[in-house]
Amino acid sequence: MEEQFRGFIKDQFGEAVIREDDFRGEQSFYIKPEALIDICQAFLEDNELQVRFLSDLTAIDWLGHERESEGRFELIYNLYSLTHAHRFFLKMHLPAEAPKLASLCDLWPGANWMEREVYDLFGIEFVGHPDLTKILTPDDLEGHPLRRDFPLTYEQPQFSWNKDEPPEVIR
Amino acid sequence: MPEQKTVTLNMGPQHPSTHGVLRVLLELDGERVVKATPVVGYLHTGIEKTMESKLYYQALVCTDRMDYLAPMSNNLGYCLAVEKLMDIEVPEKVQWARVCLAELTRIKSHLVWLGTHSIDLGAMSMLLYTFRDRESIIDVYEACGGQRMMTSYIRIGGLAHELPVDFDKKVRRVVKQVNEGLVDYENLLTNNEIFINRTRNVAVISAEDAIAWSLSGPMLRGSGVKHDLRKANPYSGYENFDFEIAYGEKGDAYDRYLLRLKEMRQSLRIISQALDGMPEGPYRARVPGVVLPPKEDVLYKMESMIFHFKIITEGFKAPVGSVYQAIESPKGELGFLITGDGSNRPRRVRVRPPSFVNLASLPRLVEGGMFSDVVCAIGSIDIVLGEVDR
Repeated sequence: MEEQFRGFIKDQFGEAVIREDDFRGEQSFYIKPEALIDICQAFLEDNELQVRFLSDLTAIDWLGHERESEGRFELIYNLYSLTHAHRFFLKMHLPAEAPKLASLCDLWPGANWMEREVYDLFGIEFVGHPDLTKILTPDDLEGHPLRRDFPLTYEQPQFSWNKDEPPEVIR
Repeated sequence: MPEQKTVTLNMGPQHPSTHGVLRVLLELDGERVVKATPVVGYLHTGIEKTMESKLYYQALVCTDRMDYLAPMSNNLGYCLAVEKLMDIEVPEKVQWARVCLAELTRIKSHLVWLGTHSIDLGAMSMLLYTFRDRESIIDVYEACGGQRMMTSYIRIGGLAHELPVDFDKKVRRVVKQVNEGLVDYENLLTNNEIFINRTRNVAVISAEDAIAWSLSGPMLRGSGVKHDLRKANPYSGYENFDFEIAYGEKGDAYDRYLLRLKEMRQSLRIISQALDGMPEGPYRARVPGVVLPPKEDVLYKMESMIFHFKIITEGFKAPVGSVYQAIESPKGELGFLITGDGSNRPRRVRVRPPSFVNLASLPRLVEGGMFSDVVCAIGSIDIVLGEVDR
């Protein structure tokens, strides 16, 4: 089964596939971000492989790691073929400055909220998304919490002995 | 000034039938819903962010608190993902015990769903019956992990302790009780005219749409797609069990109700098989430096004590790479994507939340329908806001 999927993507998009990875037996293809829509569309329309299910999409921030040299953000698209019970991943790296990617909402309506979540928590823009707004964090929160440079903070609770002091932020 | 034709109504976030803190902005034309906009995030606590700053062992307790109605499923998903990342094989007994516990969790979660969903639709007494049966499952939890809800009993590489001595007896009692309870529920609801009228042809979604919206679990199977990760990509030894996938035909709320009842019966079958064939063996894998050694060894063996100390204080280092492990949780496909970066803390833990993805289809389910059916649609998706918002 893996051979079939590899053959399909290599035949049609040989140039867009940068490398392949099968860490722990999971098939993933590192692709060029520009080719994402075309590859997804080709998979979606292929009647042989029947990749109809976008299981998940998410991002990883590689700030401060050696993998950052390929691009700070790694996007992971988790695609699944219900007929063949086969899961594979499309991965791509995006630069730290103004990360941008085409939206998949036209292909899968289910991508809508997943993309909004990645936008909210990582600040990655999805071009062509119908309603790219914050979804999980409060409207007045600045920044994108799942970026590695967003500190994990909490405020010192206010007791009677420190009620007059301004709340201390602990990082 | 143009004549206003629609009324915007705010439902929630403190509305009891939203099962938590879900807010839905409804645009109504009379009794018809023109547009529905779910607003989530009121319960966002940054669990994924928190897990990034914890050791792999410590991050486990965060998983209970997401889908708090099915804590064992979350534990299982996380542990399987970490085991995949670290390439650990667990003993057979652990697998069987985990299957048994995961299916108990499925029943527990479905019982809460059944009770609350029927309360939404006016069948007030159901909740009392379902919570009575749920209580017996919680007793099993308490015997295993010492806690009623946030058990954290399934650990990386095995279980927290040996199964309790009367585990078999306790679980068999649950099986008997739920079996009898299911008859009651069916008598009360399945042919109940009011219930049928409230759920038949309500919140319908076709198989194609269900796939396009990435729905999973009962929402997907209710539309007639025979997809269950326990069969499609067996994990934790599910291939050893004999059970059937329940599925619906029309994809309406009533089908999903029937399907969940069938699922509970199948879960009971699996539990009985797991109890009958429970193998003997250790309750934790033996992987020095990664999996905690058994407590008995820690007390009497020097090396075990050192490993115990090292794992608790420093954790273990995971290789660089991402793994994804999906399980069929009561609500659908619960996936954990865990990325190791060579250190002792995960670079990223992504939870693929079934409730969140299923909830995204709410506008599709209710738009064009009646206002009172919104309650039914939300109920039949079976959401837990703790998991939606994380």
